[in-house]
Amino acid sequence: MNFDRILIRYGEMALKGKNRNHFEQVLQRNLTLKLRPFPNTKIRKTRDRMYVLLNGEEPNDVMKSCQEVFGIHSLSFAIKVEKKEEDLKEAALLAFTDASSAKTFKVSAKRTDKDFPIHSKELNPLLGGHILRNTEHVTVDVHNPDVEIKVEVRSDAAYVTAQDYPGAGGLPVGTTGKSLLLLSGGIDSPVSGYLTLKRGVELSAVHFHSPPYTSERAKQKVIDLAGVLSKYGNQVNVHVVPFTAIQQKIHREMPEGYSMTIMRRIMMRISELIARKEGILSLTTGESLGQVASQTMESMNAINEVTNYPIIRPLVSMDKLEIIDISRKINTYDISIRPYEDCCTVFVPKAPKTKPTREKAAYYESSTDFTKDVQTALQQTSVIQVKADTSSKEIEDEFNDLL
Amino acid sequence: MIYLDNSATTQPFPEVLESFYKGSTDFFANPSSIHQLGSRSEKLLSEARKQAARYLNVNETEVVFTSGGTEGNNLAIKGAAFMHQTRGKHIITSQVEHPSVLEACRSLETLGYEVSYVKVNEEGRVNLEDIKEEIREDTILVSLMSVNNELGTIQPIEEVANLLSSYPKILFHVDHVQGLGKVPIDIGNRGIDLCTLSGHKIHGLKGTGALIAKQHVSLFPLFHGGGQEKAQRSGTENLPGTTAFVKALRLIEELHSKEAEQLQSLHDQLYSSLQQIEKVKLNSPINGAPHIVNFSVPGYKPEVIIHSLGEREIYISTKSACSSKQPEVSSVLQACHLDRERTTSALRVSLSYLTTREEITRFIAAFHEVLEELEETMGRSL
Repeated sequence: MNFDRILIRYGEMALKGKNRNHFEQVLQRNLTLKLRPFPNTKIRKTRDRMYVLLNGEEPNDVMKSCQEVFGIHSLSFAIKVEKKEEDLKEAALLAFTDASSAKTFKVSAKRTDKDFPIHSKELNPLLGGHILRNTEHVTVDVHNPDVEIKVEVRSDAAYVTAQDYPGAGGLPVGTTGKSLLLLSGGIDSPVSGYLTLKRGVELSAVHFHSPPYTSERAKQKVIDLAGVLSKYGNQVNVHVVPFTAIQQKIHREMPEGYSMTIMRRIMMRISELIARKEGILSLTTGESLGQVASQTMESMNAINEVTNYPIIRPLVSMDKLEIIDISRKINTYDISIRPYEDCCTVFVPKAPKTKPTREKAAYYESSTDFTKDVQTALQQTSVIQVKADTSSKEIEDEFNDLL
Repeated sequence: MIYLDNSATTQPFPEVLESFYKGSTDFFANPSSIHQLGSRSEKLLSEARKQAARYLNVNETEVVFTSGGTEGNNLAIKGAAFMHQTRGKHIITSQVEHPSVLEACRSLETLGYEVSYVKVNEEGRVNLEDIKEEIREDTILVSLMSVNNELGTIQPIEEVANLLSSYPKILFHVDHVQGLGKVPIDIGNRGIDLCTLSGHKIHGLKGTGALIAKQHVSLFPLFHGGGQEKAQRSGTENLPGTTAFVKALRLIEELHSKEAEQLQSLHDQLYSSLQQIEKVKLNSPINGAPHIVNFSVPGYKPEVIIHSLGEREIYISTKSACSSKQPEVSSVLQACHLDRERTTSALRVSLSYLTTREEITRFIAAFHEVLEELEETMGRSL
């Protein structure tokens, strides 16, 4: 006997009133995409929950995948059995063994099929007793059990549900619009992207590439990070902007103290133009207040002047350690710490202004015309489509016969 | 030639050699070099790691490429022991482990560690209860092989993993060198913390392999240096060897999914043919790994049988190649409480997915011949 389905409970989206149907449809679509590696699974929607029917796919692998889908509050393995005492007993025991570290449990039985001869009140001790007889060092705790095994006897069959697994929470990706993430390759921006995805936002990304100051490996880093993010959403398009010429010009012609501020302002302008072209309505950054010179209140004010697009900054109030915690949890940390120069570290002035002003930045910029450079950079921007399974499922052609 | 010593080593697949050749010529740059050529090598290494992780159902950050089984076992055992010595100095293993596990444990005993060597039954299998009994407050590691290299006995890995999942401070190391590709275990299982793999047992190359070290496991490295393999195994990466290892992993996975039944049926054919020979006493359990059959011919010196078969270009072995230079008693068979006659006359035939039915038939025929020939000179009088 093994679990034949995963029960999915919604999170916040259960509160969405009239729009709820739309949220459910998006969740179902995202789940379908996510479960493509498990072709036998089927998704069934009922009134207030969803089921993934396993049809023989490995339960734990499917569970792991489902846990990466936003919009799900919690999940449980479940099994449909015939309404026979023996089957119910076996299923209840299976549900208990799923919670491998549980020492206490309770059985909560419901009987909606009143023709079933055993009453709910008799079912609890009957199934609980069976678990106790077949385990060691386990006790019943009806008030605060490690695991609650739910049993529902309905007219068609009986359903037994095991312990709750946490879902990723948030809202289904694609229900709250799209944002363009400024992805540098550092620790912060991918975490920021993850948290934005969690709010149901679909992502595209922009990366500023400055060869030979930054290497192909730095670019690969960004592609790998986008690959991790795409696991939580769908495909992420990475716009790679050639930025060398602009950085050199800033370095040559702008006062050193303001070069970083002006570089950021130009990045913002380019990002907004890409967003505009793609019909994206906001930008997302990994800025966190007070971390580095570009993230002081004054800097943010001066940099923000060049765009009136909303900028989503999920990390603005977080400590570095909190950010690192999340990056480890979502597996971007190890990629982010690969030691390659990125565009934000190569041209760092010795003493960047921590309190730049809009006026001065605009004044320095007015002496040089960047319009053409921005246009050229945009024209030469390439787009790399990153999907969750490209990295793991398909071997790169180059290595195809090697591995 | 009929090669039936695949538990000692396997013949490399031609595709594996091609990968090695290409890895050595087109990707000879040091993956740690920062120039573009190094970058390409690094990319291949990282792709190889991803592939390996996918075949083994683990995270790519959990794959540490090593020089093979002995290194993997030593890194797992000593690495875990040194790292956690403040937590405790007690290790549990079994009496029938591979020398690279047993000797690593014995070396730790000289440094003040205590090791419990759990006994096995007559089939070479450990009992879950015996492991449970040895668990103490200061136990830091349990090390167990998935498949015994001499007998093919399959150990209850999943059960032990389940047992140990209630002891989060005890690490569970599985020596999966003999089981890989033949007797699958779920390395992704929450209860397994460390797992040793070797390339040359799956038609890869000698000097290649991997240790799977789960994310939460920290090890004290045996080699300090340039910080390669997340500083758990420094030393310039053996990229051609690693590439070849991952290629072999892929091929053995494919073979396993297609040929597992065929291998099992060859095993059964061999097992029952041997059972019908009066002089032969089978040591391997019938439900053991599908590629190893161990048996004794009491009264006959195993070395002589091996050489007689060798003259006919049929190659089998005595116990394990790794310990065959030691005195002739098999400590594994001794641990199974077999009598001295049997422990000193053991032979091992080990198959691969390349073995054919005809080879088994020819081996059995030749074995009959050899026994008859030798009966006159050796027989039971010896």
